[in-house]
Amino acid sequence: MTQDMTQIFFDSPQDAPPRGNWNWGRLAVYALLILWSVICLFPIYWTLTTSFKMAPDVMKGNMIPWGDFTPKWLGWRSLGLSPDTWGAESTVRAEFLKRFANSAITSVTSSVLAVVLGSLAAYGLTRFSYKFGYMKNSDISFFFLSQLILPPVVLALPMLVLYKELALLDTRIGLILLYTLSVLPIVIWIMRDQFASIPTDLEEAALVDGLSIWGAFITIILPIALPGMVAAFILSLVLTWNEYFFAALLTSTHANTLPVMVASQTGSQGISWWSMAALAWAAILPLIVIGVVLEKYIIKGMVAGAVK
Amino acid sequence: MSGAGDLLHVVSNDTISARRKTFARLTIWGSGLLMLGVGAAQTLHSTGNAALGFENWRPTLYAYVAWAICLCWGQVLLHGENGKRTLFVLPAALFVISLTVFPLLFGLIIAFSDWNLSSPTGRHFNGLDNVRQMLADPFYWNAMTNMVWYTLAILVEYAIAFGLALALNAEIRARKFFRVAFLLPLMLSPVAVSWMIGKSMLEPRFGPVARLARELGWENPSFFGDPIVAKATIMIMDAWTFIPFMMIMILAGLQAIPKELSEAAKVDGATGWRAFWEVTFPLMLPVSITAILIRIIFKLKLADIVIAVTSGGPGGATDTVTSFIFREYRDRSNVGYGTLLAMVYLVVIIIAMTLLMKLADRITRPRT
Repeated sequence: MTQDMTQIFFDSPQDAPPRGNWNWGRLAVYALLILWSVICLFPIYWTLTTSFKMAPDVMKGNMIPWGDFTPKWLGWRSLGLSPDTWGAESTVRAEFLKRFANSAITSVTSSVLAVVLGSLAAYGLTRFSYKFGYMKNSDISFFFLSQLILPPVVLALPMLVLYKELALLDTRIGLILLYTLSVLPIVIWIMRDQFASIPTDLEEAALVDGLSIWGAFITIILPIALPGMVAAFILSLVLTWNEYFFAALLTSTHANTLPVMVASQTGSQGISWWSMAALAWAAILPLIVIGVVLEKYIIKGMVAGAVK
Repeated sequence: MSGAGDLLHVVSNDTISARRKTFARLTIWGSGLLMLGVGAAQTLHSTGNAALGFENWRPTLYAYVAWAICLCWGQVLLHGENGKRTLFVLPAALFVISLTVFPLLFGLIIAFSDWNLSSPTGRHFNGLDNVRQMLADPFYWNAMTNMVWYTLAILVEYAIAFGLALALNAEIRARKFFRVAFLLPLMLSPVAVSWMIGKSMLEPRFGPVARLARELGWENPSFFGDPIVAKATIMIMDAWTFIPFMMIMILAGLQAIPKELSEAAKVDGATGWRAFWEVTFPLMLPVSITAILIRIIFKLKLADIVIAVTSGGPGGATDTVTSFIFREYRDRSNVGYGTLLAMVYLVVIIIAMTLLMKLADRITRPRT
C-alpha cells in the first residue's frame, strides 16, 4: 500500500501529458485549475507585496511591484529584518526571534516525541497481541485513535488549572506535552499503516539470527519505516507550528509562540499594514518552504489509511 | 480498526528467578507508595492541615514520573521477553492516560464548582448552578447551532474538493505545480491566514476582494457586518484552508481506482456524467466518507480563525463553541462554567460521531 502510494503520486512517464486534441473539456479543466491556483496563491502574493508597500500604495490597492508601486523595505524595517536595520539593535526583532525560537523548539520537540512514542506503540500494536485487563489490541488502537475526537477546549481549562498548580504555565515544556498529545493519534494512525505494510518475515529472520526484538526493531524495521516516520513528523510539525488555541491560553510572556504574536498584533489600534504583512509572511514562510520541498511526504501522511 | 498485518509469532522461554520477581514487585510498589505518600503530604499541605513548605505540586509530578519509569522497567524484570513487548505500547499509553484521563476526571470536579481563578476564595462546589446557567445561556446554544451550520458547510467543501481532485486526476501538464499550489493553504497558520484574508484582503475600503465586489456591483461590501454574510465568510476562510486536505484524500482514492474499471465503463457506453455517477462515485464512497468524517472532527475544533477575525461577532453570529468558551474564560476567568460547557460539548460530539460512524458503516457496507 505504501509502495503504491509513492507510485500513485509519482509523475511517471505513463501519465505524461498527452499530445494534441485540445477540446473544450480540457480547456475547462485547465481554466478550473488555473482559477483555483490563483485563489490559493493570491493571498500569499498579496501579503508578500503588502509588506513592501507604503501607506498610499495600500490605500490605492496597487498590486504589481515596480509596475504601479515602488517596493520599500518599510514593513521589514519595522520588524528589524530589512538589510539596513540588520546590524542595528532592534527590540522588535529580538521579540520576533524569541517567538520564532519558541515556536521552533516546541513544534520540533513535540513532533519528535510524538513520532518516537507513536512509532513504538504502532509497532507493538501491529506485531504483538496484548491483553491489558479486558483491553485487546483493537481496543488499545481505538483508545489511541479516539483521542482525535477530543476537542482541545475540553482539556484546556482543566489543564490551565493543573499547570498553574504544577508551575508549568507559560513554559515550553507544558506546551510540548499538550502538542505531543494532540498529534499522537495522527502519528499512530500513519505508523500503524506503515508497519502493517512491512512483512513479518524480516523480523523472524532477524530473531533466528539472534537479535532481540528491540534489536530487530531498531536495526531492521526502523530504516524501512523511515519514509512513514518522516511523513508523520512533517505533518505533526505543520500542525504544531500552527497551533494557536493552547498557546494563547497557556502562555503569556516567556513561552509565547509565533501565532500568538501574530494574533496579538491584529487587535491593536491603527494597524500598520506593511509591518503586519511582514510579520504574517515571516510566520508562514517556513511552512511554505516545507510545503514546496516536502510535498510528497505531506501527501503520503495524509493519505495513509484513507485508501485500503 | 482490526489488527492490521500479521502478528509476529515468537516463542520465548525465559526463566526468571524468584528474587528478580520480588525485586521488580518491590520497585513498582515502592515507587507507587512513594508517589501516594508525596501526594498525600501535598494534599495535607494544601488543605492547611500541615505546614510542609511546598511551593507547588511539582514533587508529586516528579514522583509520578518516577513511578511510571519504575512501572515500565518492572515489566521487563517481571516478564522478560513479554515485558519487552509491553514496553512498546506502555509509554504511549501512560502518556495519553496521564494527559487526558486524569484532566478529564479533574475537569468533572471543576465543572460542578464555582471557581474564579482571579479571586482569592478559590473553588467551591455549587451543585447544579452551572447546569442551570448553561440551560439559560442563549449564547451557548447559539454557538451550538452555529457548529451545525459550520458542519453542514463541509458538504459544499466536499463537492469543491471532489471537482478539484477530478481536475487534477485528468491528463494534464504541470501536475506537480498544481498539486503544490493547491496544498499550500493547508500549510499556513490559520492565525496568519485570518490576518492575510480576513483583515487585509476583506478590508471594506481597499482590500482587493472588496474592490472586486464593488466592481461586481455590491455597493458597500462589508464582510463581517451582517450575521449571515459573516458566517459565510468564516466558512469560506475555513474552507480555503481545509479543501486541500479533502482534495488530496479524494485524489488518492481516484488514483487507486483500477484503470480497467473506467475503461470497461467506457466500452459499455457510459460516458461523462453517467460514468461518474454510476462508476466513479460509488467506488469513491468509502474514501469520501473517511475524508468527510476526519474533516468533521477537525471542523468541530474550529476556533482560531473566529477568535482572530471576528471574536464571535456580530452578536455571536460566527461563534464556535470553542471560541465562545475561550471568550467566556477571558472575560470572567471563571473556569467552572467554561469546563461544564466543554464537557457538555464533548458528550454531544461523542454521541453525534458515534451515530455518524454507525451511519457511515451502513452506507459503505456492500449491499446484498
